[in-house]
Amino acid sequence: MRYAETGYNLEIDLSRGNIEKVETDPRLAELHLGGLGTNAKLLWDRVPPEVEPFSPDNLLIFAAGLLCGTPAPGANRTIVSTISPQTLYMAFSMMGGFFAPELKYAGYDKVIIRGKSPNLVYLWINNDKVEIRDASHLRGKGAVETAELIRQELQEPNAQVAAIGLAGENRVFMASIEHARSSASRLGIGAVMGDKGLKAVAVRGTRDINLARPADLINFCHDILRYIPERDSKPVPGVMPILAGLGSPKEMLIHDEQWHTENFMWGNARTRLKDYWTKDVEEKWKETQESVRTRLISCYNCPMKCGAIISVPGISTYMMKCFSKLTYTMGAYSDLDFGFRIAQRATEYGVDGFSTPQVMAFALELLEAGILTDADFPGMPADNEGRFYWLLDHIVRREGIGDILADGVYWAARKIGKGAEAYDHNTIKKHEQLPLKLSMLNPIYFLMWATGEKVNITQIEGNFPQAPFPTREEREEFVKDWIHVPHERMKEYFLNWELRGENAFPFYPPIDATCEIVDWQETMHYIDDALGLCAGLSSFPLKPPYHIHNLPTLIGAAAGIDLDKDELWKIAKRNRTMVRAVNVRRGLRRKDDCPPEDHWKKRFPELEAQLLDAYYTLKGFNRDGVPTKESLHDLSMDYISEEFERRGILNNGQSEEES
Amino acid sequence: MGKVKKKVKLIKIDPDKCNGCRACELICSAFHATPKYSSNNPARARIRMIYEPLKDIYLPVYAGEYTAATCMGRNKYIIDGKEYGECAFCRASCPARDAFKEPDSGLPLKCDMCEDDPAQEVPLCVKWCITDALTYEEVEEEVEEDVALTEMEIGLKALVDKYGLDNMVDGIARLSQKG
Ligand code: SF4
Ligand code: SF4
Ligand code: SF4
Repeated sequence: MRYAETGYNLEIDLSRGNIEKVETDPRLAELHLGGLGTNAKLLWDRVPPEVEPFSPDNLLIFAAGLLCGTPAPGANRTIVSTISPQTLYMAFSMMGGFFAPELKYAGYDKVIIRGKSPNLVYLWINNDKVEIRDASHLRGKGAVETAELIRQELQEPNAQVAAIGLAGENRVFMASIEHARSSASRLGIGAVMGDKGLKAVAVRGTRDINLARPADLINFCHDILRYIPERDSKPVPGVMPILAGLGSPKEMLIHDEQWHTENFMWGNARTRLKDYWTKDVEEKWKETQESVRTRLISCYNCPMKCGAIISVPGISTYMMKCFSKLTYTMGAYSDLDFGFRIAQRATEYGVDGFSTPQVMAFALELLEAGILTDADFPGMPADNEGRFYWLLDHIVRREGIGDILADGVYWAARKIGKGAEAYDHNTIKKHEQLPLKLSMLNPIYFLMWATGEKVNITQIEGNFPQAPFPTREEREEFVKDWIHVPHERMKEYFLNWELRGENAFPFYPPIDATCEIVDWQETMHYIDDALGLCAGLSSFPLKPPYHIHNLPTLIGAAAGIDLDKDELWKIAKRNRTMVRAVNVRRGLRRKDDCPPEDHWKKRFPELEAQLLDAYYTLKGFNRDGVPTKESLHDLSMDYISEEFERRGILNNGQSEEES
Repeated sequence: MGKVKKKVKLIKIDPDKCNGCRACELICSAFHATPKYSSNNPARARIRMIYEPLKDIYLPVYAGEYTAATCMGRNKYIIDGKEYGECAFCRASCPARDAFKEPDSGLPLKCDMCEDDPAQEVPLCVKWCITDALTYEEVEEEVEEDVALTEMEIGLKALVDKYGLDNMVDGIARLSQKG
């Protein structure tokens, strides 16, 4: 019997209209767990670098993590993977909500989609009954609206739907896949779905998920459920409110936005408004938020309520999570009311709330600089908010300048030329980043921004505090119940970390310690992404309920895979290396591991080079960022080094540049 | 007939606090799996989340008695401007809907307050609802003492057991017609 996983994938070929249920090899779970790990393996095995993102041979994979659908609280992530049209590397966005558990209950671990449908279709998975259905009547419909219409048409109020809006249909590189209160937003995953002619996937499942050691598992879960309120009643002092407790950042609950509004950049990641957060703003924003927020809502089997139902009078209700409440607001130098309003339209269109406002702000900067002219924006209203709506409408329809902007800042800048490239100052690997511009280089964050293969800082940062605490007493207090660290050294690194002086940025933490801190945080994310655990209960907050010491127990009890901490760590390393390998085969090298030049004012090229060298060594990559033959052997992935050698990426284990 | 005190188990449901996580469904299905917790499947739960996020409807409902017939009409409740179908509040396992039926066999499900062996101190759905949309109380209520069966009734019951109630009713009807 298979535990935690169902042992079956659904293979859909949209070109031929073919549907197959395929049993998977149980050894894959032992090597990669599931979720992101097995997705990366599929892309390695079946999508060679010659395959373009918009080729029928590109795969679009909806995967439930290994633990999704088990009683483990917060195990609900759907990991959607494909090749990104924007970065041309592997894209893996994750969404919470209810989709992954429902897919498991329907009897599948993954839906693997290839080919292209000539007409717009949607997929209906109802246990063993799987159909490709006509979606021509849903063309142009909003993502939220589509989900409702599909549920009505199927007369299945319990069906879970993941859908694209107009942006996905039009292959906008910022297109998201929207589902319930969540979305898989980053890296243009929705554009690939649209390219495949797939409007939505609906799923309903009423099958059992089997658990290996039920009594152990339930006891474990009861411990987690006891820990969550206990931890939430003790917010970590001295860190910003959204980072003090558990969960994804509690943007829907919290009103205090001083940190974001005064530290993040407004516009095209351009201006810092240091004294923005006045009493007036605070009161006004609080009122706005309370008046539109109907209810705080959770994902499947999680008490954290990170999302909210948002009902702005006069426009239709939608659901929001996390940071998108501020991205439009700040991109447009506007206020929260505008943020909530435009986010409704953006959610229906299905666009990424991080990238989209930056692309729009970038366009307006080019207009101001005279690189674009009024002729490029025919009919655009004069008022600030109106301009953002106009831009949004034109981007998702790929109309006029919108067609160029729809490829994101990097590609748009190169198409527009005339110096527009200089305004592309906030992308890494061609993808828009959080709008942060800081002063002194932070070595931990340097490495994470540079090497994070998900190209999103929030997908690698987490368990280690973002900044030192001012006094040693505070630091000592913090480490007292810090059982989450992989080894005691980690506490020392934190205890000795000072705001100023020798033990401060940029030369503290020392290079090796910096690499270990990054490695720990990254490893936790890779574990979550394979298990389908929400980072909000694991790799993202400080002192989370799940950590490297108790996860092996959970995996054993739920899935029957017995491993210890070191073996789990190794699986995460294997998965991380696999993602790297997919990207290296597509051309990724050291030169791409590079944060924007103006990310920090004070840069230290020599130190940065040493940091990268040390990180690569720790990860088993050569100096060019390519996994070495030895490390691939150690991770039982000789087939990768063999292909690297065949392709001349490694020569006798050496990379081309070294040999 | 006298009144007696009886312990009554009471679950308070506060839909305003419900976040729609469905942990209650999940754990109920796991608790009632055989062997215990060996599998889980919300479709087998004896509590159901009726939810329509866009209308802000979040309503946990417990499974009650099985009924063979659907209701004659349908009503709608409008509470705080939100429209609920009458079935939303109903606990019955009924032919009109899928809720509260085993997914494969269609057999009716009924909440047993987790008195299944081993009986739980606190119902599992309540224990897993740590946002307190579900809370548990035990109250004492005065109830009518169970009516003791008369001798004739005991005799009739034996006949019912032997011949089946329908046959008995038919028989009595025939007897009374003969007069
Ligand atoms: S912590 Fe928040 S985002 Fe994560 S599963 Fe729970 S409700 Fe969802
Ligand atoms: S566990 Fe509680 S909060 Fe979650 S769905 Fe059930 S009643 Fe609502
Ligand atoms: S009380 Fe027990 S049987 Fe009833 S719904 Fe809750 S978990 Fe299920």
